Order: sequence, then C-alpha cells, then structure tokens
Amino acid sequence: MNKIVKTVLAIAAFAAAFAGGAYLGRASKSDMVITSSAGGAEYAGGFKAAGEAAEKVQAAANAGSLKSVAGPAGSKSVVVKDGESILQAVKNAEPGTTIRVMPGTYSETVYIDKDNIRIIGVIEAGRRPVLDGKKQLNDAILYSGNNFVVENLEIRNYKGNGVMGQAGNNFEIRNNVIVDTGVYGIFPQLGQNGVVEYNVVSRIADAAIYVGMSDNVHVAHNEVFDSVAGIEIENSRHAIVENNYVHDNTGGLLAFVTPGLPIKTTQDVIFRHNFVVNNNTRNFGAPGSTVAGIPAGTGILVMAADDVVIEGNVISNNKVAGIIVTDHGHAANITVDPESEPNSDRVRLLDNVMLNNGYETIPEGKALLLAEGKGGKNLDIIRVGPSPGSCIVNRHQYVTAGVGEFSECDFTHTANVSTYLLPPVPPRKIDISERGKVAFLGICSGCHIYNGRMIGPPVQVIQALYLDDPQGLADYIAQPVKKRPDYPEMPPQDYLDPETRLAVAKYMLAVKN
Amino acid sequence: MRSRLRGDELSCRAARTSLLACVLVIAASVAAVAMTRAGMLSATVAGDGFVLNGRCPPSFELMADGTCELRDLYQFYDSLQDRGVGGTRTSLPQHRDGFRPEQIDLGRYLFFDPLLSGDGTQSCGSCHRPDRGFADGKARSIGIHGQDAGRAAPTLWNVAFLQSFFWDARASSLEAQAQGPLFSPREMGNEPARLLRSLNDNSTYRRLFRQAFPGGGDSITAAEVYAALAAFQTTLVSLNSRYDRYAHGYAAALNERELAGLNVFRSFVARCSECHTPPLFTNGQIAVIGAPEPAGHPFDAGAEQTFDAVKLRGGFKVPTLRNIALTAPYMHSGAFGTLRETVEFYNKGRGNAVPPGETLYLHWHISSPNLTETEVGLLVDFLQTLTDEAFRPETPRRVPSGLPPLDNPKGSRT
Repeated sequence: MNKIVKTVLAIAAFAAAFAGGAYLGRASKSDMVITSSAGGAEYAGGFKAAGEAAEKVQAAANAGSLKSVAGPAGSKSVVVKDGESILQAVKNAEPGTTIRVMPGTYSETVYIDKDNIRIIGVIEAGRRPVLDGKKQLNDAILYSGNNFVVENLEIRNYKGNGVMGQAGNNFEIRNNVIVDTGVYGIFPQLGQNGVVEYNVVSRIADAAIYVGMSDNVHVAHNEVFDSVAGIEIENSRHAIVENNYVHDNTGGLLAFVTPGLPIKTTQDVIFRHNFVVNNNTRNFGAPGSTVAGIPAGTGILVMAADDVVIEGNVISNNKVAGIIVTDHGHAANITVDPESEPNSDRVRLLDNVMLNNGYETIPEGKALLLAEGKGGKNLDIIRVGPSPGSCIVNRHQYVTAGVGEFSECDFTHTANVSTYLLPPVPPRKIDISERGKVAFLGICSGCHIYNGRMIGPPVQVIQALYLDDPQGLADYIAQPVKKRPDYPEMPPQDYLDPETRLAVAKYMLAVKN
Repeated sequence: MRSRLRGDELSCRAARTSLLACVLVIAASVAAVAMTRAGMLSATVAGDGFVLNGRCPPSFELMADGTCELRDLYQFYDSLQDRGVGGTRTSLPQHRDGFRPEQIDLGRYLFFDPLLSGDGTQSCGSCHRPDRGFADGKARSIGIHGQDAGRAAPTLWNVAFLQSFFWDARASSLEAQAQGPLFSPREMGNEPARLLRSLNDNSTYRRLFRQAFPGGGDSITAAEVYAALAAFQTTLVSLNSRYDRYAHGYAAALNERELAGLNVFRSFVARCSECHTPPLFTNGQIAVIGAPEPAGHPFDAGAEQTFDAVKLRGGFKVPTLRNIALTAPYMHSGAFGTLRETVEFYNKGRGNAVPPGETLYLHWHISSPNLTETEVGLLVDFLQTLTDEAFRPETPRRVPSGLPPLDNPKGSRT
C-alpha cells in the first residue's frame, strides 16, 4: 500500500510548513530533565486482570516460570512417527490429547477444529520433526480450537502461514523454528489469551510474528529476522512484547491500527527489553500488502495505536529511524474508516538505548531535522501527525524530530506489569436444559411445533409416544425410520452429539407449549 | 399454528370451498390454539380471512412479553470484543429480534404485496424471491416500468445480523433500508403519501396493523410499515448448513474435498475468510476489490458516495456467503455468472479488472494468490456447503390488496 512512502512524502509537506514559519509548536528548548528508570514511578495504566486466578497467573509470571494459558495437559497421549500423518492423529484425537511428533519429515496441512489439542514435537539430538510445505501447501498449522498448544516443530516452505489461528483462545506457540512459510510465520488472529515465545522465525514476506485482532497476548524471547516485519501487533489490545531479538528485517516492531477491519483499536501495548537491531533489509513484501511501504531501516513503528509504552529496548543501526510515531492522516495511501481513530494517542517513550539510528534516513527526515534546527548524522525518533497525551523521558539523549511537545512521562518503568495474560478463558457454561431448548428451537423448530402440523408431527404427539423415555427419543433422532405415511421421512440428526440429542429429547418431552 | 393456518388457507383455495367454510376452519384452528395458549391471539377473524400468526417463526422463542427472540447454536460461543467474527465456534454479530409474532407475519404480507409499489406491479419479493435465495437471479434487478435498478439484489438471508445495508452501506437499519427501494423511481417507484394512502384505504391492512401494533393510532404510519418489514426480514435465518454442522463439532458433515476447500478458504494464500469471516461469512466492512462492471456500464463509485471518501471509490460492502450457491449471478452488478468465475476473478490477480484511468485503493487482501485449478474447484465445492433454507418462510398465496404476489406465478387476483 506504500503508505509509509506516502507518509514520508507527507513529512516533506510538514517540513515545508516548518520552513515557512507556520510551525507554532515549541522546539525542545526546555531545561534538561534527567530521569533514572532504576527507581521512579511505576506504570499506573495498562490492563488489570481481576480475580484470584488472575493473581496466580501474575504471581507465576513474576516468579519467572513458563507462561501457561492453555490449562493442564490431558492424560491422553499418542505418538506420530516419521511416515505417519499428524493430521490423521488430530482427527482421531479426543479433546485433551497430546500428540507427540517424532523427528522426521511431514508434508501436510494440519488443521485443528477441536479444543484441548497439543502438538508437541520430540527433539532428538537436535533433530526436530519438520513440516515441509515444499512451496505447494498453503499453511502448516491452522487452528480454530481453544487451548491449543504447538511446540518444538520446524516448519519450512509453506505459501501461507507457519502457524495460523482463527479465533482459538488460550493458545501457546512455543519453541518452533519457522523458515520461509509465506505471508506470516506465526499468526494468531481473533483469539484471546495467548503466548508466543521462544520461536525462531525468518524469511517471511510479511510479518514473522503477526498478532491480529487479538486480546491479552504475550510475545517474548523470540528471534525474528530476514523478514519484512519482525513482530506486528495490529488491531489488538493488551499485548506485551518483550525480550525478543528483532534483527535484519525491513521494520522491527510495529503497533498498527489498520482501518477497515471489524475490530477497530490497538491499545495498551508494551514493547520492552527487546533488541531491535539492524533492520535494514530490502522490503520484499507483496505489492499492496500493509507492510510493503515500510522503508527499509525502521526500528519501531507506531501508527494510530494508543497507549504504547516503549521501554528498555536496545535500538541500534536502523538506518531510517529508531522509532517512528505516525497516524492515518499522514499515510495517504491507507484506506479510510470512520470508525477508526487515526492518531497514536499516549505513546510513552521511556528510557531506551539508541545507537546509530537514522544514519541514512530519508531526505524528508533530514528536512524535518533541519526545520527544528537540528543537524547531525543521526535520527533516533520521528513523530508526524497528532499524538496527543504522549510523553518521553530523557529526551536529551536522542536525536528527535517532532517530539518537542511531548510531556515528561509521569512514570519510568513497567516493572510492576509482568503479564497481561489471563487464566484459561473458560468456555461459556451452558446449562444442559438450555442446550436442549436452543438446539430444538435453532434446528428442530423448522419441522416441529408444539401443537400443529408442519413438516413433521407435533411435539404433543411425540410426547404421547415417548413419555418418560427421553433416551428412546434421542436414539430415534439420531437414526429415524419412516413411521407415518402422511409425513416425509425425518433426516437423521446424528451430527448433534449424544449429549445434545438427549438434551433436545428431554426438552421436547417437558415443553408445555 | 403458523403452518396449520397457512395450510388451511391453502386448502381453502385448492378446494374452492366457500369463504364461510374457510373462515370456519381457520376459526376452529384459532380456537384450538387459543385453548392451549390462552390470550396469545387477541384478534377475531374477520370476513376477509387474513389472520396474523401468533406463533414465533422457527428458531425463535416466544417470550413472556409477547416478543420473539432468536435461539441458535452459535449463542453457545463468544467472540473477541463481541464483534461476531472469528472461526468455527464463534458467536454471531449482534442481531435484531424482539418483534411480536403478529408484526413478523404482517411484515410477510407486506413484503409480498405489490400494493407497496407505485403502480401495483412490484413487491419486495419481486427482487428478493424466496426461491432464489431472496435475491432474483438477475445481474441487476428490474424495477418499475422495466427499468434497470443499477445493482444486483442482495440476499436477505441473515440480514438480522447486519449493521449496514445496501451494497454501498448507505443505510444503518432495516427500517431506513426499506425506504430506498420503496421510493426509488428505478425500483418500486412509490411515494410515502401514496403508500400510506393505499394501505389506509385497505380495511384488512388497517385491522392487521392494529393487531400487530396494539398501541398505535387509528391510521397506519410509515414507521409501522418499515417496522413490520424489518420484523419479517429478521426472521430469515440460515445457520444450519452442512458447514455449521462441521463447525459445531460433527467432523463428518463435510467430505474430504469440502474440508480441503475450507482450508483453502481460510488459508492466507486465498484469504477469503479475512473478509468473509465466519460465522456470518462477512465481516461487515467495506472493501475495494476492483470487480468489473458489465460491458457498456459506467464505473460504479459505490461507497465513495456514501462516505464522501475517494479512497472508498469502487468499494462495496462485503456480502455474506451464506446461501451463496443460490444467488448467482455474483458481485454488485452481476458480472459473474457462476461461483467458479467469481473465484477465478480473485485468482487472476490484484487489479485485473480495474478500468483504464481509474485509480482505486484496492484492499490489501486483494492479492495474486495463484491458486491451482484444483484449489479453485475446492473453493467452489466448499461454498456449496453454506446452503441452508430450512427456515424459508411460506409465500402467502394471497395478500390483503388482492394483487398477485408476483413471485408466485399461480397467484391470481381475488
């Protein structure tokens, strides 16, 4: 979409406004404020989970133990050996099964549309199970089930994604090696409560790790490189991205709001303690993709995301800039969405180590520096577009453009925020009689009403037949036989699970109207 | 009772029995129901034989306050930010319900009554035909006096879950939407005053409206007309396709080809599900995809006009894919006759049909997926699994105006 290119063109117009004397903001000429992040105030904002279980998760995170959101593993376990199919094991598995995959090569798409499945690779003397898409298969792992765990795989040569999630909650994606898997390496989408950690992801045409439209996500200890984008947090809330090694991408860390998506906000993101280094790789994103316009040499990019805290990162050798903060208005080639708020509100730039960024920045960046009366060979931080409520500490350490109006932050660290993860988000608890009623109304009521003829006989008549035998009725529902010459034969409802069939039968025998 | 009354109405016509006999049969039905559901049906049966159904349609539960609420299996699930987009077991977007059964049934009569058009030739059902997936099978609908209405009639299945209406998203409620075709000179060609006059001149409608809207005044209001039409349309629920059975956990509901098609559909190579997002198979957003106009037709600016935004030029609302196999031809102006042609359009690459000289801000998911022929076929197979018409309502054999409901060729003036 070339929006960043357009952004920098817009910066040129902005700079022209400076030069023309239209710039009304103050330059950074206030007294130097030196703040230590070793002490100082803690972050008062951010997501606060409630409840005893949430406190346990927080305590476990503070204690440094592995983050588990999928709940305890079930007791069932199967082993898949080289030459066998992981997908077949998933299809055969009941929820709660751990599938152990032995080293070998597996060329398949594994989709998981059931809950509580764990696919755990067995690493033997450095040999992992390899999923190889041979550049013919689309996705390696595709899950929509909840409480999904995938660990220890090596995934190569797919065209779509290494690991893609669609609405599964409580996911754990850990310790996988993912190389050249197409558009994304790891892509949880529309899920809540997930961990992406200890993965090594490279040679991805969009984002190596892309958290899209998700809530409560923890991305930590990953190495992402040789990709267009390193780690992207898009239209998501309550995400912590920490302790990652993000190097040799086109752009390192991104927090975006992309307009035109059904979930409209990015809010409450912490980028901390990451190495964001040497992200100068030529942009090889697909034409029209959101990342195709990122200038090679971008360390951290914030666009229209709110409440982003950037703290304690080592940001070095990114040739355009260490940090860019911008909005939709300056991205001329991004679509419009009346429901998307376009500005990066309340960006908090805490202490970061910034070395040798912006050494080959875009001409417009240089113009912006000149307009602020700043020369020099580097550029650490650029802000274009409104960014209300934003702040910075130790601004004197960096070469900046456009942050003159940022206030001093009223906190210096987020050490009190160890995680935004939750206890496993429970499935909605459904009363079994409610299940019977909803299934009857949602499915059966097209043919059966209480006391009248429709396609099938009235419920009243069925009640007279089955009286106290709901199991008999449930069995009939699964495998009906033609009984009445004046009615069409009932199609089997065996797709409903036995529990639901029995609940429907009980509801039908009890209903009074 | 719904079906029984309608069946009796049908048998009356079929047997050509006397009107009195019909009324007696229907009255007996009503009495039988009244015994079991005391107080549910307050109106007496008039000599014209039209009675509003007091029972909620399939998939709806009658609540204590006399309104109908939707019940469906997706209500067992949640969705992120409650937006109703996600994967297999995700709740649906927020929906409209809470209408009285009589309002729903009155809406059904209105929907099929050509009295609503300017010259008595067209009903809502003329372009939203129950036997054509509530579309009309035409590339662009034909309005009053045979005019080209400009765009294809969208399906009405599952409109209860939509937040915006028309291809260009210019209406934000079903009530507002109804006024578009009713008063468009290219569609039904009516005028508000004329519509209300013709309804108020009809004693059957006056009686039925008072029954459906007991708190209303003496004459029928426009708001009541729109509400009744909305009430009927929100009951067009299609959530029991074979795909749904798979989504709820029955793995055998889809065969191997269809499952492979589902995986192409949701893969990030084809990216279909990024906009046609389960469980509704639309994310409700505007997308600029660069679909062509039929030969000789000018470029349709679409949502650019709605939002006064050049970046949305050529943008249209993402349509649901539920019952998509029933609603050919496809796209806003019916450019493609088959699902296969439609899938092939996306596969031909980003911007392949953008007219020379047009600058469009194509959606970022419009890519060049290079699907194989096999994958295209798998996608088409999968799309067929989204069909479900189990709750298709019956078209009334006659409507209060006495005009023929047009999609029923056997209907005749009474």
